[in-house]
Amino acid sequence: MTDKSKFGFETRSVHAGAAPDPTTGARAVPIYQTTAYVFDDVDHAASLFNLQTYGYIYSRLTNPTVAALEERVASLEGGRGATGCASGHAAQMLAFFALMEPGDEFLAAKRLYGGSITQFGRSFQKFGWNVRFIDSDDPENFRRALTPKCKAIFVESLANPGGVVTDLEAVSAIAREAGIPFIVDNTMASPYLCRPIEWGADIVIHSTTKFLSGHGNSMGGMMVDSGRFDWTRSGRYPSLSEPEPAYHGLRFHETFGDLALTVHGHALGLRDLGAAMAPLNAFLTLTGTETLALRMERHCANAQKVAEFLEGHPAVAWVSYAGLKSSPYRALAAKYLPRGAGSVFTFGVKGGYEAGVKLVEGCELFSHLANIGDTRSLIIHPASTTHRQLSDEQRAAAGAGPDVVRLSIGIESVDDIIADLDQALQKGA
Amino acid sequence: MDHEHYTDEYIAGILRQTKTIAMVGASPNWNRPSYFVMKYLQGKGFRVIPVNPRAAGEQILGETVHASLAEVPVPVDMVDVFRASDAVPGIVDEAIAIGAKVVWMQLGVRHDAAAAKAEAAGIQVVMNRCPKIEFGRHSGELSWGGFDSGIITSRRTRKVQS
Repeated sequence: MTDKSKFGFETRSVHAGAAPDPTTGARAVPIYQTTAYVFDDVDHAASLFNLQTYGYIYSRLTNPTVAALEERVASLEGGRGATGCASGHAAQMLAFFALMEPGDEFLAAKRLYGGSITQFGRSFQKFGWNVRFIDSDDPENFRRALTPKCKAIFVESLANPGGVVTDLEAVSAIAREAGIPFIVDNTMASPYLCRPIEWGADIVIHSTTKFLSGHGNSMGGMMVDSGRFDWTRSGRYPSLSEPEPAYHGLRFHETFGDLALTVHGHALGLRDLGAAMAPLNAFLTLTGTETLALRMERHCANAQKVAEFLEGHPAVAWVSYAGLKSSPYRALAAKYLPRGAGSVFTFGVKGGYEAGVKLVEGCELFSHLANIGDTRSLIIHPASTTHRQLSDEQRAAAGAGPDVVRLSIGIESVDDIIADLDQALQKGA
Repeated sequence: MDHEHYTDEYIAGILRQTKTIAMVGASPNWNRPSYFVMKYLQGKGFRVIPVNPRAAGEQILGETVHASLAEVPVPVDMVDVFRASDAVPGIVDEAIAIGAKVVWMQLGVRHDAAAAKAEAAGIQVVMNRCPKIEFGRHSGELSWGGFDSGIITSRRTRKVQS
């Protein structure tokens, strides 16, 4: 609707969603630390509860600070709207809550964040939502796995734990032909490196905890809607196309058009699932997004140098970073991530599980913890931590075998990052 | 007029100058989209007069429904079209006859030939847009729902004040 190209990415990173506060003139977005909002009168309250007017009722549904962040992320991704929530996992829950009915299926790439494999493969089964994990290196594998019950395809643009780039355009074409939405988790790339909606994604998922927030200090998630999917045509998305009893028979898609999924995300998803984002976390994440472009440039430049260093190190068996000439994903990275292949990747230490544990424990600058996308450099041994709950077979499929170490390269001086890895690798050797 | 992309000033200008809206296709059913838009615009100070031959003589949100634009007893600034695109030419002819200044077609409604005829008669035309969404976009209220308004400003006042 709006000419999104009117302002550049960096301008939108700083300003989108954050006009001066109309009441006070406050230039930074205020932290609206309130649970509820007064109604003008009973008729105003009725209009709000009926979704007939814009406004705030209760911070589980919407909050002004969270709304500013929602608009900013929607703008950066080129989406119509966004629903902020407590975490990336909550965002996934919101998206599938709108699409799935008990007994439905969806297809997900095999290489995903370990926590998503567990959420999809185990907890979602309790709702009768069935996932099938697909080897995404050949996009045609998705087409071959389609069934009449399949409601969506889910991939990560740049897959965690690292080095794998998905052919977004090819997979989106398969989803479009099947008439189902294409959902892309863009957490690892951030909208600075890749904007999946430009490649055909219908919904973009973020753990804003990572690069968007960027400083390892605030949890959050975001479901961004492109506004392009026709929820009514196939009749297969009744939550959006059929009368909603909880709102007196209102049809979300008919009433709200391209705003429908975002309205649903708040008015049903957050209302009933309850995983709201805290206003303080939204404020910290807004501050983080202001420097997204600057940070991502340095994250990528540092990661490229560290990956090249590790590839030449005698204690290292292999490095999986899509920015390396040796990477099988280099061509896909050049297409989808032309400004850099991100800063999270994996490598293999000679000596397997034991050597991996020793390396992690030998670091003095890298922090040993389960997060990514921090200003600080982070290290983890997925087999003993993030992917511990998976079977050996699932770990191997997810790229988290016993010798694998995952790095999230920060924005410190790159020589210091390299020196710390070098000394820790020597300790382990 | 580029009916794919309207400038912010074109839309905001129409919303600032409009006082009275005749809503063709207004529904007395409270959970229909037209009812949402009418109620919202009334709350923003517009007078909205419903036009719908199937509900003529009934009341919607305190206003009497008229059977046609010609029967609306007061001057109309804007005709808001909540009808299918093929009904637009007839509505444009009526809008010209009553001296309306704007013909606004709702989301999904578009008729280029009728739009050209209206513009030749000096009428401003908006197609495939919703005045509730556009009012909210320019006043800042749309942003409350987490939508990208596309508006970036360092100013406290908005092009449209709610």
